[in-house]
Amino acid sequence: MMMEFSTWDILRNLLLAARWTILLSLVSFIGGALVGLLILFLRIGKGRTGRVLAAGYVELFQGTPLLMQLFLAFFGLGLFGIDVPAWLAAATALILWTAAFLAEIWRGCVEAIRRGQWEAAASLGMGYIQQMRWVILPQALRIAVPPTVGFSMQVVKGTALTSIIGFVELSKAGSMVTNATFQPFTVYGLVALIYFALCWPLSKSSQMLERKLNAPHSHH
Amino acid sequence: MPLIAITDVKKRFGDNEVLKGINIDVDPGEVIAIIGKSGSGKSTLLRCINGLESIDDGSILVAGAHLAPDEASLKALRLKVGMIFQQFNLFPHLSVGRNVMLSQMVVKKTPKAEAEAMARRMLDRVGLAHKFDAYPEQLSGGQQQRVAIARALAMQPIALLCDEITSSLDPELVAEVLAVVRELAADGMTLLMVTHEMQFARDVCNRVVFMHEGRVHESGPPEELFGAPRTPELRQFVGRH
Amino acid sequence: MTYQFDFSWIAEYLPLLLAGIAVTLELIFVGALVGVSLGITCAWIRALGPCWLRPPFVAYVELIRNTPFLIQLFFIFFGLPSIGVQFSELQAANLAMAVNLGAYSCEIIRAGIQATPRGQYEAGASLAMTPFETFRHVVMIPALQRIWPALSSQIVIVMLGSAVVSQIAAEDLTFAANYIQSRNFRAFEAYIVATAIYLLLSILLRQGLRGLGWALFPRRLP
Repeated sequence: MMMEFSTWDILRNLLLAARWTILLSLVSFIGGALVGLLILFLRIGKGRTGRVLAAGYVELFQGTPLLMQLFLAFFGLGLFGIDVPAWLAAATALILWTAAFLAEIWRGCVEAIRRGQWEAAASLGMGYIQQMRWVILPQALRIAVPPTVGFSMQVVKGTALTSIIGFVELSKAGSMVTNATFQPFTVYGLVALIYFALCWPLSKSSQMLERKLNAPHSHH
Repeated sequence: MPLIAITDVKKRFGDNEVLKGINIDVDPGEVIAIIGKSGSGKSTLLRCINGLESIDDGSILVAGAHLAPDEASLKALRLKVGMIFQQFNLFPHLSVGRNVMLSQMVVKKTPKAEAEAMARRMLDRVGLAHKFDAYPEQLSGGQQQRVAIARALAMQPIALLCDEITSSLDPELVAEVLAVVRELAADGMTLLMVTHEMQFARDVCNRVVFMHEGRVHESGPPEELFGAPRTPELRQFVGRH
Repeated sequence: MTYQFDFSWIAEYLPLLLAGIAVTLELIFVGALVGVSLGITCAWIRALGPCWLRPPFVAYVELIRNTPFLIQLFFIFFGLPSIGVQFSELQAANLAMAVNLGAYSCEIIRAGIQATPRGQYEAGASLAMTPFETFRHVVMIPALQRIWPALSSQIVIVMLGSAVVSQIAAEDLTFAANYIQSRNFRAFEAYIVATAIYLLLSILLRQGLRGLGWALFPRRLP
């Protein structure tokens, strides 16, 4: 069946698909943050095995393409004999990938806290957990906000790759609409603009938070 | 019995032996200045006494209790011995009052009202009661260091270790911090301080320890050490200060 | 799980894998060279260039940084031909990577330029150098040295991102893995092998860039 698509029709279809991009981004970011926290505590903790494992995890997920991770999740989960829906493979891979990056960002924040802070807390009789809980984390959290918000934009962009394993979100919808309309210039242009509309506020607010953090007397 | 007994303490960083067998006994109420060139090991010694560095050999006894590297005995030690740092190390995310209250509440489990009352008393003692709600970044270096002293005092230690506490202060701010320390000494607090303030050491301390290349080179009452140094190293050191 | 892993196909498909690796390396080499040059130009204009020239470059950087690489690639390969600009798969892949890295490296290099002490410009000016000469001879090298680690990580990220060029049938490493799994139905193994190769490439690339950094900037920054 041939039918005429107006630009409005195209945009409407793309926007509907963008809901899945947003949902997948949220799931990946929240799931990734939880797993990332776990990796972080292993990475900066006292156990040597945990540190090595966490470092290996980060190296593995930062050192290989997200696309490969998606393929491996898709076909790897399939090895368990279950028919893997694309959304499950997509969410699994994105959560694990996000976790690696967030853990590494947050480790940088924890390590940016001067050694003297640990020592002052220790000299007041606090144990490791108390030093972490009351002195280090509150400060690390503050400086972690801008890069974390900044990375959320990478997650949104990362979801585009899930189209390749067949998850129907904004990018996949772009390809499908292109195949139906033969207007790749308009369609991919619009897809890009929608991504821009999703990502730009995130990157801008990350920059603004960064500036605010660096401003003097930030307590007032 | 000495309050702090340091016996044959050795400390290495890799191949570099920083402390080569230190023996110092500190009696209750004593005020001791540790002087010496940078690299002589004096700061390392102080950090060892507080358990911030582990020792390779020898023993440190505080009020009869052995310093061991496990968390429980470290905590017990640090409840007895407070430490003031060159860089103040106030917690920047907490107000001045909260800085002083925090460890009382999380380490000693002191109720909040009590911790706050203690914090106000200690801040008053260092002359900063009016800064209770200020944040560290709003204070001068001298004021920050006085808050750090109040913070350590709030844990009611039996001794205080002071690691070059005036070295990163502008010259005009040194006096206010030393005045606080002088009062502590007059109140009978046991003090072990690494310092470059020779005049202060002369006026306030009962004993001066001169460290050189990881050893106690000379020690004695200040008038003796500064008046008649026995070794050429100390003579040279005193001559330059 | 009773799955039997089978890697016996590797020998047969080795030439294909090697050809894929060669294309991936070619892509990142050209992409990095063109991309970083683009980034330097763009950073100079944004930091020190004439005001009227800045808005289009700001728009370029923001557009690229806030959209997925996959869409940039599709736009170049599928979209541009409809307004008469046609590329081969490889050309499109190269172009997309250079344009992408150009935008990121622009931001990174700009940060390096902005960290230059004011005194350096003043010293340059007092020696009768033009602003461009000062940039070229005084500012640029220390600025690049300052941000070399960040730039290196970005190049590795772009290399890993290049896996998606297989989607426009550019015959890179991922394309090889796709092809292999479509023939031998050993998808998991094919992608494990490709992933391992990517991991190795990213480690080697990072080390190589670190070495290049030492060679380019033998002196430590003060």
